[in-house]
Amino acid sequence: MTGVAKISLKGVKKSFGKKVVLDGVDLEVQKGESVVVIGGSGSGKSVLIKCILGILKADEGSIAVDGQDMAALSRRQRQEVLSRFGMLFQGAALFDSLPVWENVTFGLLAQKRIRRRDARDKAMEVLQRVGLGSDVADLNPAELSGGMQKRVGLARAIAASPDIIFFDEPTTGLDPIMADVINHLIVERVKDLGATTITITHDMASVRKIADRVAMLYKGRLIWVGVKDKIDRSGNPYVDQFIHGRAEGPIRMEVLKA
Amino acid sequence: MNFLGMIGRVVLDFLAGAGRLGLFAFHALSHCLRPPYYFRHIASQAVNIGYYSLPVVGLTAVFTGAVLALQIYEGSSRFNAESAVAGIVVIGFVRELGPVLGGLMVAGRVSAAMAAEIGTMRVTEQIDALSTLSTDPFKFLIAPRLIAATLMMPCLVLIADIIGVSGSFVLSTNKLGFNPGSYLKTTFDYLEFDDVISGLVKAGVFGFFIALMGCYHGYNSKGGAQGVGVATTNAVVSASILILFSNYIVTELFFSQ
Repeated sequence: MTGVAKISLKGVKKSFGKKVVLDGVDLEVQKGESVVVIGGSGSGKSVLIKCILGILKADEGSIAVDGQDMAALSRRQRQEVLSRFGMLFQGAALFDSLPVWENVTFGLLAQKRIRRRDARDKAMEVLQRVGLGSDVADLNPAELSGGMQKRVGLARAIAASPDIIFFDEPTTGLDPIMADVINHLIVERVKDLGATTITITHDMASVRKIADRVAMLYKGRLIWVGVKDKIDRSGNPYVDQFIHGRAEGPIRMEVLKA
Repeated sequence: MNFLGMIGRVVLDFLAGAGRLGLFAFHALSHCLRPPYYFRHIASQAVNIGYYSLPVVGLTAVFTGAVLALQIYEGSSRFNAESAVAGIVVIGFVRELGPVLGGLMVAGRVSAAMAAEIGTMRVTEQIDALSTLSTDPFKFLIAPRLIAATLMMPCLVLIADIIGVSGSFVLSTNKLGFNPGSYLKTTFDYLEFDDVISGLVKAGVFGFFIALMGCYHGYNSKGGAQGVGVATTNAVVSASILILFSNYIVTELFFSQ
Protein backbone atom coordinates (compact mmCIF):
# COMPACT_ATOMS: atom_id res chain seq x y z
CA MET A 1 0.00 0.00 0.00
CA THR A 2 1.22 3.49 -0.78
CA GLY A 3 0.59 7.05 0.38
CA VAL A 4 -0.06 8.44 3.81
CA ALA A 5 -1.99 6.09 6.06
CA LYS A 6 -5.41 7.34 7.17
CA ILE A 7 -4.62 6.34 10.75
CA SER A 8 -1.13 5.62 11.96
CA LEU A 9 -0.14 4.45 15.44
CA LYS A 10 3.51 4.21 16.43
CA GLY A 11 4.68 2.81 19.74
CA VAL A 12 1.49 3.76 21.59
CA LYS A 13 1.73 2.99 25.31
CA LYS A 14 -0.86 3.45 28.00
CA SER A 15 -0.83 2.37 31.64
CA PHE A 16 -3.26 2.80 34.51
CA GLY A 17 -1.14 2.92 37.64
CA LYS A 18 1.09 -0.15 37.49
CA LYS A 19 -1.16 -1.96 35.01
CA VAL A 20 0.24 -1.72 31.49
CA VAL A 21 -2.68 -1.85 29.04
CA LEU A 22 -1.00 -0.84 25.77
CA ASP A 23 2.68 -1.69 25.49
CA GLY A 24 3.86 -0.21 22.21
CA VAL A 25 1.12 -0.62 19.61
CA ASP A 26 2.05 -0.03 15.95
CA LEU A 27 -0.73 -0.04 13.37
CA GLU A 28 -1.43 1.59 10.04
CA VAL A 29 -4.90 1.76 8.53
CA GLN A 30 -5.22 2.84 4.90
CA LYS A 31 -8.00 4.97 3.47
CA GLY A 32 -11.19 2.97 2.96
CA GLU A 33 -9.82 -0.02 4.82
CA SER A 34 -11.69 -1.94 7.50
CA VAL A 35 -9.42 -3.19 10.28
CA VAL A 36 -10.82 -5.36 13.04
CA VAL A 37 -8.89 -5.59 16.31
CA ILE A 38 -9.57 -8.80 18.19
CA GLY A 39 -8.51 -9.82 21.66
CA GLY A 40 -9.87 -11.12 24.92
CA SER A 41 -11.80 -9.09 27.46
CA GLY A 42 -9.51 -6.61 29.20
CA SER A 43 -6.82 -6.83 26.53
CA GLY A 44 -6.92 -3.07 25.92
CA LYS A 45 -9.03 -2.92 22.74
CA SER A 46 -11.35 -0.17 23.98
CA VAL A 47 -8.41 1.76 25.42
CA LEU A 48 -6.76 1.68 21.99
CA ILE A 49 -9.79 3.29 20.34
CA LYS A 50 -10.20 5.83 23.15
CA CYS A 51 -6.56 6.85 22.72
CA ILE A 52 -7.12 7.46 18.99
CA LEU A 53 -10.27 9.48 19.76
CA GLY A 54 -8.42 11.53 22.36
CA ILE A 55 -10.78 10.45 25.16
CA LEU A 56 -7.68 8.95 26.83
CA LYS A 57 -4.20 10.39 26.47
CA ALA A 58 -1.49 7.93 25.42
CA ASP A 59 1.54 7.91 27.73
CA GLU A 60 3.99 7.42 24.86
CA GLY A 61 4.05 7.04 21.11
CA SER A 62 2.33 8.95 18.33
CA ILE A 63 -1.14 8.82 16.79
CA ALA A 64 -1.55 10.45 13.38
CA VAL A 65 -4.66 10.94 11.26
CA ASP A 66 -4.02 11.79 7.59
CA GLY A 67 -0.38 12.29 8.54
CA GLN A 68 -1.20 14.90 11.22
CA ASP A 69 0.13 14.08 14.67
CA MET A 70 -2.89 14.45 16.95
CA ALA A 71 -0.73 15.55 19.90
CA ALA A 72 0.70 18.47 17.90
CA LEU A 73 -2.69 19.90 16.89
CA SER A 74 -4.24 22.95 18.52
CA ARG A 75 -7.55 22.50 20.34
CA ARG A 76 -9.49 23.86 17.36
CA GLN A 77 -7.62 21.73 14.79
CA ARG A 78 -8.13 18.70 16.97
CA GLN A 79 -11.85 19.42 17.20
CA GLU A 80 -11.94 19.68 13.43
CA VAL A 81 -10.29 16.27 13.00
CA LEU A 82 -12.61 14.74 15.60
CA SER A 83 -15.65 16.08 13.75
CA ARG A 84 -14.75 13.69 10.92
CA PHE A 85 -14.96 10.69 13.30
CA GLY A 86 -18.01 8.58 14.04
CA MET A 87 -18.26 6.08 16.88
CA LEU A 88 -20.64 3.29 17.76
CA PHE A 89 -20.24 2.49 21.45
CA GLN A 90 -20.56 -0.96 23.00
CA GLY A 91 -23.77 -0.11 24.87
CA ALA A 92 -24.81 2.39 22.15
CA ALA A 93 -24.33 5.22 24.74
CA LEU A 94 -27.47 7.01 23.61
CA PHE A 95 -28.41 10.13 25.57
CA ASP A 96 -31.28 9.14 27.89
CA SER A 97 -32.54 12.69 28.19
CA LEU A 98 -33.11 13.14 24.45
CA PRO A 99 -35.53 11.44 22.07
CA VAL A 100 -34.15 9.18 19.35
CA TRP A 101 -34.25 11.82 16.59
CA GLU A 102 -32.22 14.29 18.66
CA ASN A 103 -29.71 11.57 19.46
CA VAL A 104 -29.24 10.86 15.75
CA THR A 105 -28.68 14.49 14.75
CA PHE A 106 -26.79 15.51 17.90
CA GLY A 107 -23.41 15.78 16.16
CA LEU A 108 -24.82 17.69 13.17
CA LEU A 109 -26.54 20.19 15.47
CA ALA A 110 -23.43 20.54 17.62
CA GLN A 111 -21.36 21.30 14.52
CA LYS A 112 -24.11 23.67 13.30
CA ARG A 113 -24.25 21.79 10.01
CA ILE A 114 -28.06 21.76 10.01
CA ARG A 115 -30.73 23.98 11.51
CA ARG A 116 -32.80 22.63 14.36
CA ARG A 117 -36.02 22.77 12.35
CA ASP A 118 -34.44 20.55 9.63
CA ALA A 119 -32.95 18.11 12.13
CA ARG A 120 -36.03 15.93 12.49
CA ASP A 121 -36.30 15.28 8.75
CA LYS A 122 -32.58 14.50 8.59
CA ALA A 123 -32.96 12.07 11.51
CA MET A 124 -35.83 10.27 9.71
CA GLU A 125 -33.67 9.88 6.63
CA VAL A 126 -30.73 8.44 8.58
CA LEU A 127 -32.98 6.17 10.67
CA GLN A 128 -34.37 4.76 7.43
CA ARG A 129 -30.84 3.89 6.33
CA VAL A 130 -30.44 1.67 9.40
CA GLY A 131 -33.82 0.03 8.90
CA LEU A 132 -35.82 1.99 11.47
CA GLY A 133 -39.13 3.72 10.82
CA SER A 134 -40.36 7.14 11.82
CA ASP A 135 -42.33 5.56 14.68
CA VAL A 136 -39.18 5.33 16.83
CA ALA A 137 -38.12 8.95 16.30
CA ASP A 138 -39.95 10.34 19.32
CA LEU A 139 -39.27 7.45 21.67
CA ASN A 140 -36.73 7.66 24.46
CA PRO A 141 -33.70 5.36 24.10
CA ALA A 142 -34.79 3.39 27.21
CA GLU A 143 -37.93 2.30 25.34
CA LEU A 144 -35.92 0.53 22.63
CA SER A 145 -34.62 -3.05 22.56
CA GLY A 146 -30.85 -3.67 22.57
CA GLY A 147 -30.79 -4.26 18.81
CA MET A 148 -32.75 -1.10 18.08
CA GLN A 149 -30.47 0.91 20.38
CA LYS A 150 -27.48 -0.37 18.41
CA ARG A 151 -29.17 0.70 15.17
CA VAL A 152 -29.84 4.17 16.55
CA GLY A 153 -26.21 4.27 17.73
CA LEU A 154 -25.14 3.33 14.20
CA ALA A 155 -27.44 6.02 12.77
CA ARG A 156 -25.83 8.57 15.10
CA ALA A 157 -22.35 7.40 14.09
CA ILE A 158 -23.02 7.79 10.34
CA ALA A 159 -25.32 10.85 10.42
CA ALA A 160 -22.51 13.35 9.87
CA SER A 161 -21.04 11.21 7.02
CA PRO A 162 -17.72 10.73 8.81
CA ASP A 163 -14.70 9.46 6.92
CA ILE A 164 -13.44 7.45 9.91
CA ILE A 165 -15.75 5.28 12.02
CA PHE A 166 -14.97 3.23 15.12
CA PHE A 167 -17.13 0.32 16.20
CA ASP A 168 -16.72 -0.88 19.79
CA GLU A 169 -18.08 -4.41 20.18
CA PRO A 170 -20.99 -3.74 17.80
CA THR A 171 -22.68 -7.12 18.34
CA THR A 172 -22.11 -7.73 22.05
CA GLY A 173 -25.30 -8.64 23.86
CA LEU A 174 -27.31 -9.32 20.70
CA ASP A 175 -28.78 -12.59 19.48
CA PRO A 176 -26.98 -14.13 16.46
CA ILE A 177 -29.61 -12.99 13.96
CA MET A 178 -29.68 -9.40 15.20
CA ALA A 179 -25.86 -9.48 15.36
CA ASP A 180 -25.78 -10.45 11.69
CA VAL A 181 -28.27 -7.67 10.85
CA ILE A 182 -26.00 -5.13 12.57
CA ASN A 183 -22.90 -6.53 10.85
CA HIS A 184 -24.68 -6.33 7.51
CA LEU A 185 -25.78 -2.73 8.17
CA ILE A 186 -22.23 -1.77 9.15
CA VAL A 187 -20.81 -3.24 5.93
CA GLU A 188 -23.46 -1.57 3.75
CA ARG A 189 -23.33 1.88 5.34
CA VAL A 190 -19.53 1.92 5.47
CA LYS A 191 -19.49 1.01 1.78
CA ASP A 192 -21.92 3.91 1.05
CA LEU A 193 -19.72 6.39 2.87
CA GLY A 194 -16.39 4.98 1.68
CA ALA A 195 -15.24 5.33 5.27
CA THR A 196 -12.15 3.97 6.99
CA THR A 197 -13.08 1.87 10.00
CA ILE A 198 -11.56 0.27 13.05
CA THR A 199 -13.77 -2.28 14.80
CA ILE A 200 -12.96 -3.98 18.06
CA THR A 201 -14.69 -7.22 18.85
CA HIS A 202 -14.29 -10.75 20.06
CA ASP A 203 -17.14 -11.96 17.89
CA MET A 204 -15.59 -14.01 15.06
CA ALA A 205 -18.76 -13.75 12.95
CA SER A 206 -18.29 -9.96 12.94
CA VAL A 207 -14.62 -10.38 12.03
CA ARG A 208 -15.42 -12.56 9.03
CA LYS A 209 -18.17 -10.22 7.83
CA ILE A 210 -16.63 -6.79 8.44
CA ALA A 211 -12.84 -7.08 8.21
CA ASP A 212 -10.38 -6.43 5.41
CA ARG A 213 -7.50 -6.91 7.83
CA VAL A 214 -7.40 -8.34 11.34
CA ALA A 215 -5.06 -7.42 14.19
CA MET A 216 -4.85 -9.38 17.41
CA LEU A 217 -4.10 -7.54 20.65
CA TYR A 218 -2.61 -9.55 23.49
CA LYS A 219 -0.94 -8.21 26.61
CA GLY A 220 -0.86 -4.69 25.20
CA ARG A 221 0.83 -5.61 21.91
CA LEU A 222 -0.41 -6.48 18.44
CA ILE A 223 0.88 -10.03 18.14
CA TRP A 224 -0.53 -10.71 14.66
CA VAL A 225 -1.76 -8.50 11.81
CA GLY A 226 -2.91 -9.92 8.50
CA VAL A 227 -5.66 -10.05 5.89
CA LYS A 228 -8.90 -11.70 6.94
CA ASP A 229 -8.50 -14.70 4.65
CA LYS A 230 -5.23 -15.67 6.31
CA ILE A 231 -6.57 -15.73 9.84
CA ASP A 232 -7.35 -19.46 9.73
CA ARG A 233 -3.77 -20.15 8.57
CA SER A 234 -2.02 -17.56 10.70
CA GLY A 235 0.41 -20.05 12.18
CA ASN A 236 0.14 -18.12 15.41
CA PRO A 237 -0.96 -20.33 18.33
CA TYR A 238 -2.48 -17.36 20.18
CA VAL A 239 -4.63 -16.42 17.17
CA ASP A 240 -5.58 -20.07 16.64
CA GLN A 241 -6.70 -20.46 20.22
CA PHE A 242 -8.68 -17.24 20.12
CA ILE A 243 -10.54 -17.79 16.85
CA HIS A 244 -11.49 -21.33 17.85
CA GLY A 245 -12.41 -20.26 21.37
CA ARG A 246 -10.40 -22.99 23.09
CA ALA A 247 -9.69 -22.98 26.82
CA GLU A 248 -6.44 -24.86 26.22
CA GLY A 249 -3.54 -23.01 24.65
CA PRO A 250 -0.95 -20.32 25.28
CA ILE A 251 -3.52 -17.73 26.37
CA ARG A 252 -4.20 -18.31 30.04
CA MET A 253 -7.25 -16.60 31.44
CA GLU A 254 -6.75 -14.72 34.71
CA VAL A 255 -9.17 -17.08 36.46
CA LEU A 256 -6.99 -20.09 35.54
CA LYS A 257 -3.86 -18.51 36.97
CA ALA A 258 -5.12 -18.64 40.55
CA MET B 1 6.03 3.95 61.78
CA ASN B 2 3.00 2.45 60.08
CA PHE B 3 0.81 4.90 61.93
CA LEU B 4 2.85 7.85 60.61
CA GLY B 5 2.72 6.37 57.13
CA MET B 6 -1.02 6.10 57.39
CA ILE B 7 -1.33 9.76 58.42
CA GLY B 8 0.95 10.73 55.52
CA ARG B 9 -1.16 8.78 53.05
CA VAL B 10 -4.37 10.40 54.30
CA VAL B 11 -2.84 13.88 54.05
CA LEU B 12 -1.46 13.21 50.57
CA ASP B 13 -4.80 11.77 49.40
CA PHE B 14 -6.61 14.81 50.78
CA LEU B 15 -4.24 17.23 49.05
CA ALA B 16 -4.45 15.31 45.77
CA GLY B 17 -8.26 15.34 46.00
CA ALA B 18 -8.31 19.07 46.77
CA GLY B 19 -6.03 19.68 43.79
CA ARG B 20 -8.26 17.63 41.48
CA LEU B 21 -11.35 19.46 42.71
CA GLY B 22 -9.62 22.83 42.29
CA LEU B 23 -8.68 22.05 38.70
CA PHE B 24 -12.18 20.77 37.98
CA ALA B 25 -13.73 23.94 39.46
CA PHE B 26 -11.36 26.18 37.51
CA HIS B 27 -12.07 24.34 34.26
CA ALA B 28 -15.83 24.43 34.92
CA LEU B 29 -15.78 28.15 35.81
CA SER B 30 -13.86 28.98 32.66
CA HIS B 31 -16.62 27.31 30.63
CA CYS B 32 -19.27 29.28 32.56
CA LEU B 33 -17.61 32.52 31.55
CA ARG B 34 -16.95 31.70 27.88
CA PRO B 35 -19.59 31.38 25.16
CA PRO B 36 -21.21 29.50 23.55
CA TYR B 37 -23.94 28.84 26.10
CA TYR B 38 -26.56 26.11 25.92
CA PHE B 39 -29.50 28.30 26.91
CA ARG B 40 -32.07 25.51 26.60
CA HIS B 41 -30.10 23.40 29.06
CA ILE B 42 -29.58 26.32 31.44
CA ALA B 43 -33.34 26.98 31.39
CA SER B 44 -34.29 23.33 31.98
CA GLN B 45 -31.78 23.06 34.84
CA ALA B 46 -33.12 26.33 36.30
CA VAL B 47 -36.64 24.89 36.30
CA ASN B 48 -35.41 21.65 37.84
CA ILE B 49 -33.31 23.30 40.54
CA GLY B 50 -35.51 26.31 41.25
CA TYR B 51 -39.11 25.39 40.59
CA TYR B 52 -39.03 21.74 41.65
CA SER B 53 -37.15 22.54 44.86
CA LEU B 54 -39.81 25.05 45.93
CA PRO B 55 -42.02 22.58 47.85
CA VAL B 56 -39.19 21.14 49.96
CA VAL B 57 -37.60 24.55 50.61
CA GLY B 58 -41.00 26.18 51.28
CA LEU B 59 -42.05 23.51 53.78
CA THR B 60 -38.69 23.70 55.54
CA ALA B 61 -38.98 27.50 55.73
CA VAL B 62 -42.54 27.66 57.05
CA PHE B 63 -41.96 25.18 59.88
CA THR B 64 -38.55 26.59 60.78
CA GLY B 65 -39.97 30.13 60.87
CA ALA B 66 -42.75 29.01 63.20
CA VAL B 67 -40.42 27.04 65.48
CA LEU B 68 -37.95 29.92 65.58
CA ALA B 69 -40.67 32.33 66.75
CA LEU B 70 -41.82 29.86 69.40
CA GLN B 71 -38.30 29.23 70.73
CA ILE B 72 -37.28 32.89 70.78
CA TYR B 73 -40.54 33.82 72.48
CA GLU B 74 -39.97 31.19 75.17
CA GLY B 75 -36.34 32.25 75.68
CA SER B 76 -36.90 36.00 75.60
CA SER B 77 -39.85 35.81 78.01
CA ARG B 78 -37.35 34.80 80.72
CA PHE B 79 -36.03 38.37 80.75
CA ASN B 80 -39.16 40.16 79.52
CA ALA B 81 -37.85 40.76 75.99
CA GLU B 82 -40.78 39.22 74.05
CA SER B 83 -41.01 42.29 71.82
CA ALA B 84 -37.69 41.32 70.22
CA VAL B 85 -39.19 38.16 68.66
CA ALA B 86 -40.03 39.72 65.28
CA GLY B 87 -36.64 41.36 64.89
CA ILE B 88 -34.61 38.32 65.92
CA VAL B 89 -36.65 35.99 63.72
CA VAL B 90 -36.26 38.09 60.60
CA ILE B 91 -32.54 38.71 61.08
CA GLY B 92 -31.84 35.09 62.02
CA PHE B 93 -33.86 33.79 59.14
CA VAL B 94 -32.68 36.12 56.39
CA ARG B 95 -29.01 36.02 57.38
CA GLU B 96 -28.61 32.40 58.40
CA LEU B 97 -31.45 29.94 58.47
CA GLY B 98 -32.93 30.72 55.07
CA PRO B 99 -29.72 30.26 53.09
CA VAL B 100 -28.26 27.44 55.18
CA LEU B 101 -31.36 25.29 55.59
CA GLY B 102 -32.44 26.03 52.01
CA GLY B 103 -28.93 25.15 50.83
CA LEU B 104 -28.83 21.88 52.77
CA MET B 105 -32.26 20.83 51.51
CA VAL B 106 -31.35 21.65 47.89
CA ALA B 107 -28.00 19.88 48.36
CA GLY B 108 -29.87 16.72 49.33
CA ARG B 109 -32.16 16.94 46.34
CA VAL B 110 -30.08 18.49 43.58
CA SER B 111 -26.49 17.38 44.30
CA ALA B 112 -27.62 13.78 44.56
CA ALA B 113 -29.63 13.98 41.34
CA MET B 114 -26.78 15.61 39.43
CA ALA B 115 -24.22 13.09 40.68
CA ALA B 116 -26.52 10.18 39.80
CA GLU B 117 -27.36 11.50 36.33
CA ILE B 118 -23.83 12.49 35.33
CA GLY B 119 -22.40 9.38 37.01
CA THR B 120 -24.73 7.15 35.01
CA MET B 121 -23.74 9.02 31.86
CA ARG B 122 -20.10 8.37 32.74
CA VAL B 123 -20.44 4.63 33.33
CA THR B 124 -22.62 4.14 30.23
CA GLU B 125 -20.06 6.02 28.08
CA GLN B 126 -22.50 8.84 27.27
CA ILE B 127 -19.87 11.40 28.30
CA ASP B 128 -17.34 9.78 25.94
CA ALA B 129 -20.02 9.89 23.25
CA LEU B 130 -20.39 13.65 23.77
CA SER B 131 -16.69 14.11 23.08
CA THR B 132 -16.96 12.15 19.83
CA LEU B 133 -19.89 14.37 18.74
CA SER B 134 -17.94 17.64 18.82
CA THR B 135 -19.39 18.60 22.20
CA ASP B 136 -17.36 19.48 25.26
CA PRO B 137 -18.93 17.73 28.28
CA PHE B 138 -17.97 20.68 30.49
CA LYS B 139 -19.79 23.08 28.21
CA PHE B 140 -22.82 20.84 27.71
CA LEU B 141 -23.27 19.19 31.13
CA ILE B 142 -21.36 21.06 33.81
CA ALA B 143 -21.60 24.76 32.90
CA PRO B 144 -25.44 24.86 32.54
CA ARG B 145 -25.85 23.21 35.95
CA LEU B 146 -23.40 25.56 37.65
CA ILE B 147 -24.95 28.66 36.08
CA ALA B 148 -28.52 27.55 36.84
CA ALA B 149 -27.79 26.59 40.46
CA THR B 150 -25.85 29.79 41.16
CA LEU B 151 -28.67 31.93 39.76
CA MET B 152 -31.62 29.98 41.16
CA MET B 153 -30.47 29.52 44.76
CA PRO B 154 -30.79 33.26 45.61
CA CYS B 155 -34.32 33.24 44.13
CA LEU B 156 -35.21 30.16 46.17
CA VAL B 157 -33.77 31.64 49.34
CA LEU B 158 -35.60 34.93 48.82
CA ILE B 159 -38.87 32.99 48.59
CA ALA B 160 -37.84 30.87 51.59
CA ASP B 161 -37.17 34.06 53.60
CA ILE B 162 -40.65 35.37 52.82
CA ILE B 163 -42.28 32.04 53.64
CA GLY B 164 -40.22 31.61 56.82
CA VAL B 165 -41.05 35.07 58.15
CA SER B 166 -44.69 34.51 57.18
CA GLY B 167 -44.63 31.26 59.20
CA SER B 168 -43.36 33.09 62.26
CA PHE B 169 -45.90 35.89 61.66
CA VAL B 170 -48.84 33.47 61.54
CA LEU B 171 -47.69 31.66 64.70
CA SER B 172 -46.84 34.84 66.59
CA THR B 173 -50.11 36.59 65.82
CA ASN B 174 -52.36 33.56 66.30
CA LYS B 175 -50.70 31.71 69.15
CA LEU B 176 -48.44 34.14 70.96
CA GLY B 177 -50.82 37.09 70.92
CA PHE B 178 -48.77 39.59 68.90
CA ASN B 179 -50.54 42.43 67.12
CA PRO B 180 -50.20 41.84 63.34
CA GLY B 181 -49.49 45.48 62.51
CA SER B 182 -46.81 45.99 65.15
CA TYR B 183 -45.22 42.58 64.35
CA LEU B 184 -44.80 43.58 60.71
CA LYS B 185 -43.57 47.06 61.64
CA THR B 186 -40.93 45.61 63.97
CA THR B 187 -39.91 43.13 61.29
CA PHE B 188 -39.30 45.85 58.70
CA ASP B 189 -37.71 48.22 61.22
CA TYR B 190 -35.13 45.64 62.25
CA LEU B 191 -34.36 44.29 58.79
CA GLU B 192 -31.51 45.99 56.94
CA PHE B 193 -30.53 45.85 53.30
CA ASP B 194 -27.19 44.18 54.13
CA ASP B 195 -29.00 41.34 55.90
CA VAL B 196 -30.87 40.45 52.73
CA ILE B 197 -27.86 40.90 50.46
CA SER B 198 -25.59 38.75 52.63
CA GLY B 199 -28.20 35.99 52.63
CA LEU B 200 -28.55 36.11 48.85
CA VAL B 201 -24.77 36.14 48.30
CA LYS B 202 -24.52 33.10 50.56
CA ALA B 203 -27.28 31.43 48.55
CA GLY B 204 -25.40 32.04 45.29
CA VAL B 205 -22.20 30.58 46.77
CA PHE B 206 -24.11 27.58 48.13
CA GLY B 207 -25.78 27.05 44.74
CA PHE B 208 -22.37 26.99 43.07
CA PHE B 209 -21.02 24.43 45.55
CA ILE B 210 -24.14 22.26 45.33
CA ALA B 211 -23.82 21.99 41.55
CA LEU B 212 -20.03 21.72 41.66
CA MET B 213 -20.11 18.76 44.05
CA GLY B 214 -22.88 16.99 42.14
CA CYS B 215 -21.05 17.42 38.85
CA TYR B 216 -17.57 16.65 40.22
CA HIS B 217 -18.52 13.38 41.89
CA GLY B 218 -20.75 12.31 39.01
CA TYR B 219 -18.14 13.15 36.39
CA ASN B 220 -15.45 11.16 38.20
CA SER B 221 -17.59 8.19 39.17
CA LYS B 222 -16.51 4.73 38.08
CA GLY B 223 -17.36 1.10 38.58
CA GLY B 224 -21.01 0.79 37.57
CA ALA B 225 -24.05 1.10 39.83
CA GLN B 226 -22.03 0.93 43.03
CA GLY B 227 -19.73 3.72 41.82
CA VAL B 228 -22.72 5.91 41.02
CA GLY B 229 -24.13 5.23 44.50
CA VAL B 230 -20.83 6.25 46.12
CA ALA B 231 -20.69 9.39 43.94
CA THR B 232 -24.22 10.34 45.00
CA THR B 233 -23.44 9.96 48.70
CA ASN B 234 -20.15 11.84 48.40
CA ALA B 235 -21.83 14.65 46.49
CA VAL B 236 -24.43 15.27 49.21
CA VAL B 237 -21.95 14.98 52.08
CA SER B 238 -19.30 17.21 50.50
CA ALA B 239 -21.86 19.79 49.32
CA SER B 240 -23.29 19.98 52.86
CA ILE B 241 -19.84 20.40 54.42
CA LEU B 242 -18.88 23.07 51.88
CA ILE B 243 -22.13 24.92 52.56
CA LEU B 244 -21.43 25.05 56.29
CA PHE B 245 -17.78 25.96 55.75
CA SER B 246 -18.44 28.69 53.16
CA ASN B 247 -21.26 30.02 55.36
CA TYR B 248 -18.68 30.85 57.99
CA ILE B 249 -16.32 32.45 55.44
CA VAL B 250 -19.03 34.63 53.86
CA THR B 251 -20.39 35.66 57.28
CA GLU B 252 -16.90 36.60 58.34
CA LEU B 253 -16.39 38.64 55.16
CA PHE B 254 -19.70 40.49 55.55
CA PHE B 255 -19.97 41.13 59.24
CA SER B 256 -16.53 41.00 60.88
CA GLN B 257 -15.36 44.49 61.72
